[in-house]
Amino acid sequence: MVIDHHASRTTRLGEVPSANVLSRRGFLQVGAAAGGGLMLSLSLPFGNREANAADTFVPNAFIRIGSDGQIVLIMPYVEMGQGTYTSIPMLIAEELEVDLKQVRLEHAPPNEKLYANPLLGVQATGNSNAIRGAWQPLRQAGAAARTMLVAAAAKKWNVDPASCRAQSGEVLHPPTGRSIKYGALAADAAGMPVPEKIALKRPQDFKLIGTPAKRLDTPAKVNGTAVYGIDVRPSGVKIATLAQSPVFGGRVKSVDDSAAKIVKGVRQIVRLDDAVAVVADHMGAAKKGLAALKIEWDDGPHAKLTTEDIARELDQAALRSGAVAQTIGDVDKAMASAVTKVEALYHAPFLAHAAMEPMNCTVHLRKDECEIWVGSQAMARVQAMAAKAAGLSPEKVIVHNHLLGGGFGRRLEADGAVRAVQIAQHVDGPVKVVWTREEDIQHDMYRPYWVDRISAGLDAKGRPVAWNNRFAGSSVIARWLPPGFKNGLDPDSTEGAIDLVYDLPNFRVEYIRVEPPGIPTAFWRSVGPSHNVFVTESFVDELAAAAKQDAVGFRRALLDKSPRARAVLDLAAEKSDWVKPLPNGSGRGVSLQSAFGSYLAQVAEVEVSKNGAVRVRRLVCAVDCGTVVNPDTVQAQIQSGFIFGTTAALYGEITLKDGRVEQSNFDTYQMLRMNEAPAIEVHIVNSQEPPGGIGETGTSAIVPAIANAIFAATGKRLRKMPVDPAVLKKPT
Amino acid sequence: MALAIRVNGNTHSVDVDGDTPLLWVLRDVLGLTGTKFGCGMALCGACTVHVNGEPTRSCITPIDSIGTSEITTIEAIGKTAIGAKIQKAWLDREVIQCGYCQSGQIMSASALLASKPNPTDADIDDAMSGNICRCGTYVRIREAIKQAASG
Repeated sequence: MVIDHHASRTTRLGEVPSANVLSRRGFLQVGAAAGGGLMLSLSLPFGNREANAADTFVPNAFIRIGSDGQIVLIMPYVEMGQGTYTSIPMLIAEELEVDLKQVRLEHAPPNEKLYANPLLGVQATGNSNAIRGAWQPLRQAGAAARTMLVAAAAKKWNVDPASCRAQSGEVLHPPTGRSIKYGALAADAAGMPVPEKIALKRPQDFKLIGTPAKRLDTPAKVNGTAVYGIDVRPSGVKIATLAQSPVFGGRVKSVDDSAAKIVKGVRQIVRLDDAVAVVADHMGAAKKGLAALKIEWDDGPHAKLTTEDIARELDQAALRSGAVAQTIGDVDKAMASAVTKVEALYHAPFLAHAAMEPMNCTVHLRKDECEIWVGSQAMARVQAMAAKAAGLSPEKVIVHNHLLGGGFGRRLEADGAVRAVQIAQHVDGPVKVVWTREEDIQHDMYRPYWVDRISAGLDAKGRPVAWNNRFAGSSVIARWLPPGFKNGLDPDSTEGAIDLVYDLPNFRVEYIRVEPPGIPTAFWRSVGPSHNVFVTESFVDELAAAAKQDAVGFRRALLDKSPRARAVLDLAAEKSDWVKPLPNGSGRGVSLQSAFGSYLAQVAEVEVSKNGAVRVRRLVCAVDCGTVVNPDTVQAQIQSGFIFGTTAALYGEITLKDGRVEQSNFDTYQMLRMNEAPAIEVHIVNSQEPPGGIGETGTSAIVPAIANAIFAATGKRLRKMPVDPAVLKKPT
Repeated sequence: MALAIRVNGNTHSVDVDGDTPLLWVLRDVLGLTGTKFGCGMALCGACTVHVNGEPTRSCITPIDSIGTSEITTIEAIGKTAIGAKIQKAWLDREVIQCGYCQSGQIMSASALLASKPNPTDADIDDAMSGNICRCGTYVRIREAIKQAASG
């Protein structure tokens, strides 16, 4: 397979001559492709409300079957390690009856109207929804194309289409032993009527879906040929690196660049309002030049800001009533009659993304157009914000998307592209702006800090009769997708805090939006659930302890209405040897999560040393993510999410002092390493439900399991992440 | 000052300051972008290359410290028997996700197998713990090293 990185202007996909629309409210348009062949244009549902409402057909994904038999899928999702470039083509190949190798992928050019992600409503890859959005329409498109190809062959042979079948990229007529390849039929198929009804394969007939498929993007990643954003080298490109105001909202007061200018290879110093960049022949010279700069900063209004200030403000905010996200029954009455009451205050820290590929963006700004090379989860956002920064209309901004060296939400933001445009405005020719790791960590946009005040009441039997959770923190949606924030609520901030799997008769969750001063916030792998599941599942554990019940048994008793949740819980308990005793200083913890359309239960096994050091030994997961497209990717993403979450649980914390982020590189913002990596077992539940998301689930799910395991090992309840060994240290 | 360096069997003359890290000479001067920048402080291993077969963090290795040593990068590691075995094991075991750190992982792993053809888990921990993978592919890296060692 080849992944084409092609530019926005070179593709004119909307032009579909002599098209047949499936229905007035249809999602599929079929016609002749430019240069011969069959072109299917899909309008993925829910995405563009305006288009749906207007009854006009606005396609946002395309399948082209060329007269050479090549099948090209132009898709709006990006690859950042999550396996989308393999699993999405599987959906089409399955119904079209072609080999996975026959499907070639092209990146979609940035076009918000055409490529809106159906669940996000904007062109972006995030929130674990690529497969969820594509599942029905891409299979339907594949099936429609197959039906039309069969019809074209049947007409050619003058036989009944029912006597033909499709297989491995050709149509066969078994009675006469004739066959003809798709490529030779593509042009004729374009003139066939679009099927009124599309019959999808039965799950038991799947050949590709549900079987492990080899990743299509990986061969280029073992030999150095894969091109990430940071690897692009347009002719004549200069390399720049930068220092941004160490305090958010600060300004450059003065710059002495005399020493930097004489560094060999340094070409130019660019001074912006709140940053200074050194432009050079190579990054070595740019970094050396940067180190030689003497910059004085005006720190601005946040010069004295600390994390404690922000935490205190959130603590106070959570005392006020907020927007009610969900309410069931009468919490106050039930709480008043409860036999046992449990209250807790939870804190979740700011976190940086720290993708392995540091932030970078390459820009060539010409007189009336702008060309950008970047790895982005949200190309249309890059295009729009870069256009604004450059003072151009969006169609004058060409964005080439490249592989992402990790996204995790960081690359849903376009601040890096805006910064690169600002620098390019002072540079003649193309310039690649590469952030140092220190800049990347100290000028990230962070997972918000959250504070939860949570309480519950138990009856005489220890069953929860009241649940009251009120939390305060930043709403990323309110900034990133303003229409998504309504009546004080957004669907991301509350996911994992509401619609719990447990049967809780009196239940209330309130959210108070508080934007912290002096620190930008953003989506971070597992988004809202990253904090909500930590709080909810830690607190359920607290209730089990208060009721003096087993943590699995306590949960299980509340799952009569959630058979899928109960099934994964039972499986995780069984596979993890939940009931087997562990030596002193070790413990098991469980957590249960329903988020992103998938159910996960996991058991963590930890060992805590006398000095409080935590070693995560073993993680066992049972997952029901509905129909599994590529089981190997499900395994890989759970492993990945668990390591990401374990890293956060043990080490993850961004703190501010004097308005400055205190962490700067992997020595102070630590990552889990090979020698610390736990054994991970993933058990997938067979399911024919629609597919759920998988890329983020493990990250949020594992944190409370680890915290609960530490409680089991030490009796200490950790209500603030990350784990603090000083708290766990045994008194001497 | 022009310096002559040996990279993947070829001699290149580069005109940079002597304290320039090898990483930037490879990536920005010679265009060998398979070697990755991750931290600039030898904390993450993304920039690992071989210098006379020794795994070396190119981000802190000054170009004038190399002399006539042979540098091997990810672009050429597949030409060695061990490198090819590691690459194959990486694909067989579907180790890779985003892939950005994997050049460095493969360079560290192939150096490990060159010195210890049958590494223990402790050997793997020692050799590989300097390489960070943010996608968390450690479980599969370990399996792939064992496969390459046994195959």
